[in-house]
Amino acid sequence: MAVKPEEFNFAKNDQFKTAMIPGKFARAMRTCKIWQFVRFVIINLKMLVVVSKSH
Amino acid sequence: MARLVVLGGGVAGHTAATFAADWLGKDHEVVVVTPNSKWNWIPSNIWVGVGEMSKEEVTFDLAPVYEKAGITYKQAKAVSINPEGSAKKAKPFVTIEYTGQGKAGHSDEIEYDYLINATGPKLNFGATPGLGEGSNLGQHTVSVCTADHAEHASHELTKIMDKMRKGQRQKILIGTGHGMCTCQGAAFEYIFNVEHEIRKAGLRDMADIQWISNESFMGDFGMGGLHMNVGGYVVSSRIFTESLFAERGVSYITGAHVNKVEKGKVHYELLDGSMGEESFDFSMLIPPFAGVGLKAYNKAGDDITDTVFAPNGFMKVDADYSPKAYEDWKASDWPRTYQNPTYKNMFAAGIAFAPPHIISKPAKSVNGTVINPTPPRTGMPSGIIGKAVAHSICDLIKKGPDAHLHEASMAEMGAACVASAGKGWLDGQAAAMTVYPVVPDYDKYPGTGRDTDYTFGEIGLAGHWIKHILHYLFIYKAKLKPFWKVIPE
Ligand SMILES: Cc1cc2nc3c(=O)[nH]c(=O)nc-3n(C[C@H](O)[C@H](O)[C@H](O)COP(=O)(O)OP(=O)(O)OC[C@H]3O[C@@H](n4cnc5c(N)ncnc54)[C@H](O)[C@@H]3O)c2cc1C
Repeated sequence: MAVKPEEFNFAKNDQFKTAMIPGKFARAMRTCKIWQFVRFVIINLKMLVVVSKSH
Repeated sequence: MARLVVLGGGVAGHTAATFAADWLGKDHEVVVVTPNSKWNWIPSNIWVGVGEMSKEEVTFDLAPVYEKAGITYKQAKAVSINPEGSAKKAKPFVTIEYTGQGKAGHSDEIEYDYLINATGPKLNFGATPGLGEGSNLGQHTVSVCTADHAEHASHELTKIMDKMRKGQRQKILIGTGHGMCTCQGAAFEYIFNVEHEIRKAGLRDMADIQWISNESFMGDFGMGGLHMNVGGYVVSSRIFTESLFAERGVSYITGAHVNKVEKGKVHYELLDGSMGEESFDFSMLIPPFAGVGLKAYNKAGDDITDTVFAPNGFMKVDADYSPKAYEDWKASDWPRTYQNPTYKNMFAAGIAFAPPHIISKPAKSVNGTVINPTPPRTGMPSGIIGKAVAHSICDLIKKGPDAHLHEASMAEMGAACVASAGKGWLDGQAAAMTVYPVVPDYDKYPGTGRDTDYTFGEIGLAGHWIKHILHYLFIYKAKLKPFWKVIPE
């Protein structure tokens, strides 16, 4: 059976063995335009709060 | 009429000078002394360094902007400060040496009523043999610290990518070039942008990409790491960072003091005292930062540099510099007003102020070599501090010497950082992070030193959109286009 892309790096290096590597769904969501638009609005709002707390 | 002289036209100095000119109006004079003819939006140098932006897209001419703002612009570098004046001059003054405006090499003395030192860092390549001489980059590695450096880095990257196309495997080494570097974030962005470009070109199998850093653990970032709210968990930045590296197949060396650079090879010492070597075909190593080396003299002409500046060349301000054990460090050690304790009409902003101590846990190798990151003073804190200092000086000028000074402690201020991990409107990604406060306050937030409601991070395309929009927004603001004042620092 072919190795899943997210599992490929685990075998490469001991450092990677204990890391969290995103699977297919998490990777897809990172570039999903609709979901990322929602995140864009939320991150901006969160950043504005931090900016306003800092001035 | 009072005169405010601002040394340095970077993030902190430009913010301070433009706000001060606006608030003071024509009744007073604002002078900017800065050696470059162009302003540079430094964060986007990363994209110049991978050929995704041109130098022209990240810089613009300062002269027309200062003319519009009514600011007197001296294209020069400050050499020394006489905060008491001299035998011949009653008023305090700065000695400058022109670098342009047809007067290159000529010296002048500029009197001031108030002074802001916002000269940023000296890129101290010379601290590591082989990395460079003084503040000049050497020939073995590249840098993205200036737009010119980044353009050169992009050319060198193109060369190794051509070699990969011809079937030659290439080794890439990116990180910090000394045990006491800061600005790991810039190297972090660069390594992921390089990886992204190589992957996009279909060459990922031909490149071994390695990170080398003075951080004792991944994700320290010179802030002792941070705990952030990710997907409902409070997660250490170590887990977040190691995940990004593992996902992209980028291996890493931490706790490393690079002590020598040769053609195609770096030598380093690790915290456990062992020595190592790493070869490379392409390497970008961030140099350590120091103050720009301004001197100070009293009225009699005696050298008082040690009174005004800390040993690392950064200006002393209202911080608590008394030596203390790590366990005794407090958020209140950090400066609030950035006023020099000896000369009250002198302030420092941005990287130019001397921090009371580092933020990360101090570390030495078993051989006694100090290997720990120095504190970052990123764009947002630099801008906020510049504005606060300008505000204080405007109040001192307009309301008199008893005016209340404005405060901007890094222990009460957050920072929003968007670290690019590859450019592209549809396939780009960036880690969008906020940290609040920058300097942890364990009295206020006993768990992690920070407020995890406001310390978060996530990676995705949205982060890239934000980073790209910030590029245009901050250049727009720095050009003083309509409504520039409503754009936050
Ligand atoms: C590659 C890179 C990427 C970065 N990315 C980010 C990011 O994404 N987000 C972020 O928040 N921060 C980022 N930073 C950090 C950010 O650029 C700095 O925090 C910020 O520039 C500091 O502002 P400053 O005004 O103190 O120094 P600078 O912006 O460096 O300005 C100092 C100015 O002083 C001038 N000067 C030097 N010597 C003299 C002298 N003798 N006399 C007069 N003037 C002098 C310099 O020419 C310069 O104009 C990045 C840094 C680098 C190198």
